[in-house]
Amino acid sequence: MSRISYREALREALQEAMQRDPRVFLMGEDVGRYGGTYAVSKGLLAEFGPERIRDTPLSELAFVGAGIGAALGGLRPIVEVMTVNFSLLALDQIVNTAATLRHMSGGQCSVPLVIRMTTGAGRQLAAQHSHSLEGWYAHIPGIRVLAPATLEDARGMLWPALEDPDPVILFEHGQLYNVEGELAEGVTVDIRSAKVRRAGRDLTLIAYGGLLGKALEAAEQLAREGIDVEVIDLRVLRPLDDATLLASLAKTHRLVVVDEGWKSGSLAAEVVARLTEQAFYELDAPPVRVCSAEVPIPYAKHLEEAALPQVAVIVAAAHGVCGT
Amino acid sequence: MSSQTQTSDTLMLPPGPVPTAPVPFAPELALGLLRDMLRIRRLEEKCAELYGAGQIRGFLHLYIGEEAVAAGAMRALSTDDTVVATYREHGQALLRGVSMRAIIAEMFGKQEGCSRGRGGSMHLFDAQSRFFGGNAIVGGGLPLSVGLALADRMQGIRRVTACFFGDGAVAEGAFHESMNLAALWQLPVLFCCENNLYAMGTALPRSESQTDLCLKAASYRIASRAVDGMDVVATHQAALEAVDAVRSTQQPFFLEFQTYRFRAHSMFDPDLYRDKAEIEHWKEHGPIHTYTARLKAQGLLAEEQFLALDVEVGREVDDAIAYAEAGHWEPVADLLRDVHTPAGGSSS
Ligand SMILES: Cc1ncc(C[n+]2csc(CCOP(=O)(O)OP(=O)(O)O)c2C)c(N)n1
Ligand SMILES: [Mg+2]
Repeated sequence: MSRISYREALREALQEAMQRDPRVFLMGEDVGRYGGTYAVSKGLLAEFGPERIRDTPLSELAFVGAGIGAALGGLRPIVEVMTVNFSLLALDQIVNTAATLRHMSGGQCSVPLVIRMTTGAGRQLAAQHSHSLEGWYAHIPGIRVLAPATLEDARGMLWPALEDPDPVILFEHGQLYNVEGELAEGVTVDIRSAKVRRAGRDLTLIAYGGLLGKALEAAEQLAREGIDVEVIDLRVLRPLDDATLLASLAKTHRLVVVDEGWKSGSLAAEVVARLTEQAFYELDAPPVRVCSAEVPIPYAKHLEEAALPQVAVIVAAAHGVCGT
Repeated sequence: MSSQTQTSDTLMLPPGPVPTAPVPFAPELALGLLRDMLRIRRLEEKCAELYGAGQIRGFLHLYIGEEAVAAGAMRALSTDDTVVATYREHGQALLRGVSMRAIIAEMFGKQEGCSRGRGGSMHLFDAQSRFFGGNAIVGGGLPLSVGLALADRMQGIRRVTACFFGDGAVAEGAFHESMNLAALWQLPVLFCCENNLYAMGTALPRSESQTDLCLKAASYRIASRAVDGMDVVATHQAALEAVDAVRSTQQPFFLEFQTYRFRAHSMFDPDLYRDKAEIEHWKEHGPIHTYTARLKAQGLLAEEQFLALDVEVGREVDDAIAYAEAGHWEPVADLLRDVHTPAGGSSS
């Protein structure tokens, strides 16, 4: 066990991957000399040099596409897109090329590419720097979408992502980088399953990424108020691990889903729809979603807070579903 | 460089006179280039018929008129080089070695197709010969080619990546970002711009403030050259020199082929945006008949020989159609395959 931050866990994962496999390299805007926008790759340039810690110009489309090409060419690129907001400039390469190449080529061309990006709001960065578009990416067949919410996943998800022969997107929530805790040495994790982060009997509370912490906080408060909440961390946003969710619902019969994306067309909508389709008769009450308000994220602190899912709202939703 | 700077309402004519000079190649190469162009032409003429008959569906973009570009360029590459192409890629795929059988089967949607019928005309692939598609997003292949070249550079492999794209792609950000990256990182990419003067119905002067495309390359400090894309001697010589430059310097090169498509953009296009007289002018420069005439004039080709070649190519096309017709529809039960690589499955 050692004390570590989410940022450091990500950095250790990068460092280990680069040491283990000479085909692995990192490229993106300011990953090298600047040290990474969120300082994740700080110090790696000195260790691995500018070929493998490769600064790129502001050309999201081209360097994500170049990552795809490099993957086809036998390397294992990790492409850092500064934030999900800017990934929109690379959407074409991700959706039209990375996700489709294997299929369009009749199985000839797999794309072993990892894309990392920061996501989420909560830092008063206003409407163009606060998106949570994980759900959009989770819509696309052909890519695997991961949301490390814990130190363990921050440390452990990169390696299996690199071992995956197909494109993987890793979403790092901007609010998590400074989170610290204890982490055991040599953790390994899978990139297939959802995980129960807190066992409970009365209610299934599903969350991912930046909101897992708030879900756990809400669960603690609810425990004090007599509701025993099971908190599930989705971890893998595509493909969804229905089995773990269904098993929990079969136990609790009540469901709240938390998602920082906007409610309309959200990942939360997908989760609720799946569980309702497959386990309608397990439900003792209509499921509820707690999502961001349908407004571009405002700058002013009180308005931003009002727009995002907060612990109090999750708690209230849980009481509603439990009729308490 | 380019003289194609007329305004949109005047005819855009071929850059030079119809070439008549003797073909400076040994007979095998000289006749090989003819055969290459004829194979593309006859294949595509049949594709148009098959489209009319409903056997090929979706988008079909014919290369007819532009054959000298693929023929000249593909022969300049070695088998270990890499090729990235567009949706108008039948010629490149064929000359890269994808069989006519696999190409037509692909267009029929049969599982014997080079992409198992998942791709169609616009997505021909052949990983074995390093032919990475078949990209139907205008400009979409450019970043890919940069990455492929980067992988070679980082792994110490001396290879050329040839990336084909149209004049329309030059307006896309992907073109500019990719040119810059290739120059900045000094990557061995041969940018092959097939300037056929139109992007669907939009003539080059209606989309570019600067129609001399080589100047764009110059702004990225990439060496460039424009060449008569209707003359297979010129395209091949220019491609040989360009490939050689890329291979020896490991730097990018921009090669503009000034060419013209004789057919509509796709089978859906009524071709209303250009003057018939313009098309006729370019047809006088048709790559196959002008070249055939030169070969004959210098005694490298007799009429009977040409006819025999044509018959042989025709047989290849007929055989490919029969093969495709006898091919199989992939079982619907397999619908979801190749979205992800199966465990233990192949990855490049
Ligand atoms: C990004 C994008 N925008 C628009 C289209 C629709 N489209 C298909 S081909 C084409 C014209 C492209 O022209 P050019 O690059 O000159 O190639 P050509 O067809 O002349 O070979 C257009 C606009 C597309 N496929 N991709
Ligand atoms: Mg064009």
